[in-house]
Order: sequence, then structure tokens, then C-alpha cells
Amino acid sequence: MAHDQDPIAARVAEILAAHQGLEGPLLPILHALQAAFGHVPQEALPLIAKNLNLSRAEVHGVMSFYHDFRAAPAGRHVLKLCRAEACQAMGAEKLAAHARTSLGIEWHETTRDGAVTLEPVFCLGLCACAPAALMDGKVVGRVDEARFDALVAEVRA
Amino acid sequence: MLKDQDRIFTNLYGMHDRSLAGARKRGNWDGTAGFLAHGRDWIVDQVKASGLRGRGGAGFPTGLKWSFMPKVSDGRPAYLVINADESEPGTCKDREIMRHDPHTLVEGALIAGFAMGAVAGYIYIRGEYIREREALQAAIDEAYDAGLIGKNACGSGYNYDLYLVHGAGAYICGEETAMLESLEGKKGMPRMKPPFPAASGLYGCPTTVNNVESIAVVPTILRRGASWFAGFGRPNNTGTKLFGISGHVVNPCVVEEAMSIPLRELLDKHCGGVRGGWKNLKAVIPGGSSVPMLNAAQCDEAIMDFDWLREQRSGLGTAAVIVMDQSTDVIKAIWRLSKFYKHESCGQCTPCREGTGWMMRVMDRLVKGEAEIEEIDMLLSVTKQVEGHTICALGDAAAWPIQGLVRHFREEIEDRIKARKSGRMGAMAAE
Repeated sequence: MAHDQDPIAARVAEILAAHQGLEGPLLPILHALQAAFGHVPQEALPLIAKNLNLSRAEVHGVMSFYHDFRAAPAGRHVLKLCRAEACQAMGAEKLAAHARTSLGIEWHETTRDGAVTLEPVFCLGLCACAPAALMDGKVVGRVDEARFDALVAEVRA
Repeated sequence: MLKDQDRIFTNLYGMHDRSLAGARKRGNWDGTAGFLAHGRDWIVDQVKASGLRGRGGAGFPTGLKWSFMPKVSDGRPAYLVINADESEPGTCKDREIMRHDPHTLVEGALIAGFAMGAVAGYIYIRGEYIREREALQAAIDEAYDAGLIGKNACGSGYNYDLYLVHGAGAYICGEETAMLESLEGKKGMPRMKPPFPAASGLYGCPTTVNNVESIAVVPTILRRGASWFAGFGRPNNTGTKLFGISGHVVNPCVVEEAMSIPLRELLDKHCGGVRGGWKNLKAVIPGGSSVPMLNAAQCDEAIMDFDWLREQRSGLGTAAVIVMDQSTDVIKAIWRLSKFYKHESCGQCTPCREGTGWMMRVMDRLVKGEAEIEEIDMLLSVTKQVEGHTICALGDAAAWPIQGLVRHFREEIEDRIKARKSGRMGAMAAE
């Protein structure tokens, strides 16, 4: 990100301080950063590495190993569509096609107005009410095309 | 059929109150302090006597696993890690426990932790499970507030902390040593064994990793007696088990049943039978996506337990039964699994990292029939080169479904290749 780094560095330092002394702290720190910023700012990685006495490569390796961590900011809302077997059997493929055409984006992309980022996810544990979706951490079941449009309209409003 | 009074998970379907008060009404947390007072050896002996085998797939005797933990600490703390990273296609049993009956797990975690002298327990839950995480965290908080875990747990003088840790979207973290790596905040790449976790696990300390279901059944085993649990199923395959049945049955469901139940009875009694009748059955994957499938003839006499399925060169795995009827393109079904394993291979071992990709690409062509007949054997030889040549079982898990497919449906694969070559599309290849 181009703008000033200091607020980020300050927030990262806060998060690091909050996790001081915790065992196995890297994943909780990355989770906290993602919760604070919506992504893991790349300028935070050297700070984490220094604080935990790890190499930058190790921190980068862990961050990029787990699919959940995002390196770049997402849109204002993150919509995840379940792509696992049960949802596929209930029409997740059709829904996904509808999602991509109606939003005009591919997986992992953000709409041009910055409102919605579309991501795939594998099994939210809601197979009984498939297809399932996750909008900003809120699970939604039985998502058909109409419900999908309503969800998107709601967050865009 | 298992009687209602013999069910361990009495709120599997979430029809009742899942809070502590509700769980207590159903008998959870009853006499827990008394079990702890019997001492850790008594608990381990009871679990051994019950014949409980690990419910996470490998079927290793749980009591025996616990007994590997050091009796006297050499100064290092010991840990219990509970594997709630349930991500295998088809497997959906642990989430029902965590969502609807979380106190069985919390109580089990305390008893198991005590039995192995653990200072703390970690429940590693996959990040995608939102509702399960909420329910389980609520149950843990309730148990802390009621003094059931934490300092002086249940008034026993034993201090035990239980933490819920969220994964971050990596299937491989369900492998026990990868889970330990992930808990330590590293990349979830499996470790070499030995040393086994009981000798050197989390932070280099003695650790036992158990599946959610293995832990959650323990309190009831102690309450009702090891012989009660051992009374279900065939010898060496005892107890009750959660079966998660999906696919082409009338009512897919998760159900607790006695071990060694015939497959046909399981499907007919609980799932309304195979879609279109038993004759319409084509194949069944009996234990989650990583075990070889059974063909229809085997399904006629299939007994759902560890030993029978192993004799048939398949496995019980997590008892996630995936039913496929005659309309299924089995080649495509297995291709889907190959794709999954290719996606989830962590990349540490070359045979798995490269092999899963090769296997998927050959499967790709077999689905379309754009291959030579010899490639079937070539594919089989690749699976043999992956199987057993990797640090963890993901390589095996990727190889076995393909071996099962070739074993039972080689003709169908050949037909498709021939049909493609001659330009006559077979019925199945037309899809």
C-alpha cells in the first residue's frame, strides 16, 4: 500500500504486544492482523519476524501456506461460496457461474466498485442446507440465484 | 439396530438444549470428579478394556495410545491435541458433535487430558467451521465458568486448560504432526515419525493427538462401563460409531450405530435405502474419500468395521459412507478426489507433490477416454510409487481411491477409451 506506513506499524506493534508470551503465536498474530486490516499487510511481515526471532522467509512461508491469509486488501465485503461436493450436488456450480457473470469478476477478484470480493471456500459444514455461502463471516444457507442477488444488493446498498 | 438408550450422542440432531444445563440433563458431566478420583491408570485401563479404536481413520487402539504417554514427567509438560480439522470429502460426523453435543467433547477432553497427565488440551478446529466454533467455544466457556475445567477442574485438584485453535484453510493440518506444526505457528507440513508425538510432539513435549469422536465417547464409556461399550460389534471392532452417509440414498444422514453393522442394513434402516433400490447400487466408498471403493457385489455382504473392510482391501476410515448409484460416472468421481488431493498436497515430499499432479492429469484423460489402454497400468504403477513413499498418509490417500477404481471398474475405463477411439460413444462416456 502506498499510503503512510506508520499507522500500520503502530497497529502491528499493538497486536504483537498483545500476543507477547503466547505459545505458537504466529498464526494467532496473522489471524489478528487479518481481522484488523482485512488482509495481512506485507510491511508487517518483517516486524513479525523481528519480534518472534524468525527469518522473513519463515514468516512469508507460513503466511502464504495457509489459504485464509490475504496479502492484498479485499473489497468492503468478502463473499465466499462453498465449492465442496454437497454444495456442487445442489447447484453450486450454477450459482458460481451466476455469481461471476453478475459481479463481472473471477474468483479472488473484487468488483470495480470495491464492494465485493468473491472467493471459493471448501465446506462450511452446512451441507444440509446447500449451497452455502459466507458473507463477511456470516453463514447463509440455501443460496439460489435470487438470494445471492439479494445478498449482494444488501451489502452494496 | 442400536437402541435409543444406548446412544452416546443424545443430541446429535440438535433437537435439545446444547448448553451446559441441557447437557447435564442428558447425563453429561455426571460423576466426572469420581472418574478422576480413580486415577489415570484406571481410566486408561477402562478405555483399553472397551476396545475403543481411534475414530479418525487409522483405527489405532485409543487406550494403548494413551498408555504411551510418560507416567512421570521428565520436566516437560504433556499435551492433549484434539483433531477437529475435519476436511475430508464425505466426512461430516465431528461437526455434528461440536455443533449439537459439544459438552461430550469438553468432558472427554478433561478426562483424556487427566489420563495422560496433560497440562493443557488444544482443540484444533478447521477455520471454515463457523457454527461449530461458536458452539464449542460457548461450551468451553460454560465449563470454565462452572469450574469443570481450568484450575482445580471439577474440584479434583487437577489444573487443566482447554484451548480452541482455529485453522486457516489447509486440509493437510488434519494430519497429526502437521497439526502440531501448525499449532506451533509453522507451515502445516507433516513431520517424520519417529519420534512419535508421545515422545516428542507439541513444542517437543509428549503429546497425544486424538480425533473428536474418540475423545467424546470416553465419558460415556466410563459412566456405563467398558463392557457395555465392548458389547457392540465384533471382537476387536467394538463400540458405537457415527456413520455419515451421503450420496445416492433417499435420506443422507449422520447416525450413531453399532460397529459391524451390515452396510445394507445401515442404508436401509437409516437412509431409506439406495436411490432406485438396492439393485441400482454401483459402488460405495465406505470410509471417506481416502479409502478404495467397494463394488456392488462386495456391498451385498459388507460389514462396516475396521477388520472386515481391511480384508476387502478397503477401510473404515472415518466411516463416511459415500453411496453411488448406477447413474454415477465413477471415473469422474475419482477424478474429483484426485483433484482434491492434488490441491491439498503440501509439497514437502516429491512423490506426493508430483505424483498427485500426474495422477490427476491421467485421470483427466481417462474421464474423457482420451488415453491408451496401457496408461491404466501406468497410472497404477504411479500410485504404487506414491503409496508408502511419503512422510504422511496423504500420498496413500491420493493413491488408494485410484487403485480401488482400477480394481473394480477397469472394464469401464477400457470401454470408454475404446469408445472414444472407435468414435462410438458409450452410454457412460456420453456424459
